[in-house]
Amino acid sequence: MEKTWNNKAWFMVLPMLVLVAFSAVIPLMTVVNYSVQDTFGNNVFFWAGTAWFEEILHSDRFWQAMGRNLVFSGIILAIEVPLGIFIALNMPKKGWGVPVCLVTMALPLLIPWNVVGTIWQVFGRIDIGLLGYTLHQLGIDYNYVQNPFDAWVTVILMDVWHWTSLVVLLCYAGLVSIPDAYYQAAKIDGASRWAIFRYIQLPKMNRVLLIAVLLRFMDSFMIYTEPFVVTGGGPGNSTTFLSIDLVKIAIGQFDLGPAAAMSIIYFLIILLLSWVFYTVMTNVDAGK
Amino acid sequence: MDLQWMAWTLPTAIFFGTILSLLIGMAVWEYVSPGGNPRVGVLRFETTRGDRLFISLLGSGFINLAWLGLIGPNLWWALALSVVYAIGVFRLV
Repeated sequence: MEKTWNNKAWFMVLPMLVLVAFSAVIPLMTVVNYSVQDTFGNNVFFWAGTAWFEEILHSDRFWQAMGRNLVFSGIILAIEVPLGIFIALNMPKKGWGVPVCLVTMALPLLIPWNVVGTIWQVFGRIDIGLLGYTLHQLGIDYNYVQNPFDAWVTVILMDVWHWTSLVVLLCYAGLVSIPDAYYQAAKIDGASRWAIFRYIQLPKMNRVLLIAVLLRFMDSFMIYTEPFVVTGGGPGNSTTFLSIDLVKIAIGQFDLGPAAAMSIIYFLIILLLSWVFYTVMTNVDAGK
Repeated sequence: MDLQWMAWTLPTAIFFGTILSLLIGMAVWEYVSPGGNPRVGVLRFETTRGDRLFISLLGSGFINLAWLGLIGPNLWWALALSVVYAIGVFRLV
């Protein structure tokens, strides 16, 4: 039988389309307009063509910030995903421990970015911060203000502290949805703890894990507030990630043209990665 | 309506006009032949016409950026390459 196609329901998305146009499409169009022009203020613009794009694509500063961002995202994914799975596997599945664990896990997620930054900025200080002072007293030369390695460790620890809970909660949601019958069957077969994880728990967590990786990658790739509050992008440029650099160019130097060109390149990369993740996710789902 | 604040230029207006006409063209195509013509192509997953347009536009963006970064500012060749790429995507993906 011929399938009936009725596209009238698309009109129902019109209000959302208007909202997205005002909040995203029109600002994005303005950014594209800025990216091919130069301005000295007063809304007076001069045609610059593709000069800003060339400048950004040939700038070491941009590629270094991009490299730092990719390394940062790689490190936090490599820590947060296994750690999140490990914690989720060890959380109680029933009893009074469930709400206690869930609330404890949810707490860091409820704290705004700038507050997390401030907490860690104070926590790491060697004069009054618990972490910095203790490490200093133990004779460890830790100073995130002067040492790039210490700044990286602090920013990574802060992100792990703030966001591992998200991976935990997603994995936990995947784990509790596994029916008991699977575990009973595994017990009858005499499956090891590893085999249960590998063949029952991991496949059932597949989808939520992909969502967790996608969310954490996107979030870490656009990270701004926390490292900005803790290190301000320093020492030197060692923790200057793409968004921090972008804000420095756009608002610090008021170079709207180069900042707009950089935003578009940044946007295209995020769009590509989101599409890859989305495609993988939907196809993994369709494959089941 | 004063759109002065958006700092419009003729080339960017033509660019967005082209994107808009592509979207309108896709809507008309969908109206004439509904369903989006889903199929599994060289990427080995199902794509509709809309997916193919998205892949073409995104790829064209990267082709132009790569041309600008590696070869030079004359983007007409990059545009031609993007058109060839888009035709390839619509036929094979």
